[in-house]
Amino acid sequence: MGLLAFGDTGWGDELFYATLMTIAVSITAMFIGFLFALIFTPLKLSKNKFFNLIGNSYTTVIRGVPELLVIYLFFFGGSGAVMYVASIFGYNEYIEINAFITGSFAIGIISGAYSTEVFRGAIQSIDKGQFEASQVLGLKRFVYFFKVIMPQMLRLAIPNLSNVWQITLKDTSLISVTGLVEIMRQSYIAAGSTRDPLFFYSFAAVLYLLLTFLSMKLINRLEIKYSRGF
Amino acid sequence: MITSLPKLLGATVVTLKLLSLSLFFGLFIGLLFAILRLNKNKIINKFAYGYSYIFRGTPLLVQIFIIYFGLGQIEYFRSTFLWVVFKEPYWCAIIAFSLNTGAYTSEILRSAFQTIKPGFIEAGKSLGISNKIIFYKIQIPIAIRQSLPAYGNEIILMMKGTSLASTVTLMDLTGVAKYIISTTFKPIEVFIVAGSIYLFMTFVIHNLIKFLEKKYGY
Repeated sequence: MGLLAFGDTGWGDELFYATLMTIAVSITAMFIGFLFALIFTPLKLSKNKFFNLIGNSYTTVIRGVPELLVIYLFFFGGSGAVMYVASIFGYNEYIEINAFITGSFAIGIISGAYSTEVFRGAIQSIDKGQFEASQVLGLKRFVYFFKVIMPQMLRLAIPNLSNVWQITLKDTSLISVTGLVEIMRQSYIAAGSTRDPLFFYSFAAVLYLLLTFLSMKLINRLEIKYSRGF
Repeated sequence: MITSLPKLLGATVVTLKLLSLSLFFGLFIGLLFAILRLNKNKIINKFAYGYSYIFRGTPLLVQIFIIYFGLGQIEYFRSTFLWVVFKEPYWCAIIAFSLNTGAYTSEILRSAFQTIKPGFIEAGKSLGISNKIIFYKIQIPIAIRQSLPAYGNEIILMMKGTSLASTVTLMDLTGVAKYIISTTFKPIEVFIVAGSIYLFMTFVIHNLIKFLEKKYGY
């Protein structure tokens, strides 16, 4: 167990910070995913064929292409794209984007595609009468969306969102290829310098199991809270 | 963009080989563990549950790394005949993928077995059909039909999972795409070509499953 000691002699503190990094990336990615879902869910549900096509292409492409390929696209293409945009505004210096931002963005886009599908499904399974009733009552669109549809949708979406969270959490392990020091990367470094890959990768597996287990417990409590009264 | 196409198509063959072999072994592992899950013995049941929980709760990348980098560390293991298989990254990847997809498949099949109406089995019993034949001729065909849509999703997930083989030095579609990107520095073009190949495979799998669902539907 000396390998896991805190301080200079072991890898305990490094792995602890790496775990915090994994959690931070997962939460950021999930949040970015929600933002994407907020844009693309209405597009997918729209009656306009063009908007519909944009929404559908987003979810089909992202869900049909490996996560690793998307990460490589952002890793190799991210700073190029930002520099191109910057050059339009007259800034020609080299820009390097931080691995945390690239990684969260790549995972966020993937997570967003899954969230979009979840929200679409949840909205579609809300009883049609609810929409009609709010129209008859003359509710403003804003009130009707946030006070009538949103609470019902969240209740239906939470169980599936917990799946999306699990996928997102596990996908963050792939950002290790870009050099961001999260659980996988730290285990790789530790395994390389101690020549004990079996121990460190198994420990990484335990950390991920712990994270998925604890987050499931937390989400179950949320689920109970939101399904009160039904 | 055009010049990279032959290389990427060649790598697609590797991806397809990895996928088909993993699915083949994974189906057997999944069926075995689904049957163990339905066993009434608590220890066997817990063991099968533990297997699927661990493999579904950890990233595939960790599983490949444990099998490829981790197992080689055990001295005793290197002296056994198994080492012939485990020293090859190709077989390590296939073993990791099979175990992973086996865990998901076992869950899919278990829920399919559990949703079979007891009436079917009772009907079989009252007709005097033996338990073995009930299992092979009634339960398995119904379970396969029930699990087709979920299994189709699993095939697509596994196809995306094979991209991780590139992390253990295998040159599959993603591996070659990464190599071309890092030498030519044209990420967007290569992404479009490799992405389209993946999308095409997804499309084919999706429609194949749809066709099978229709064929075996009732």
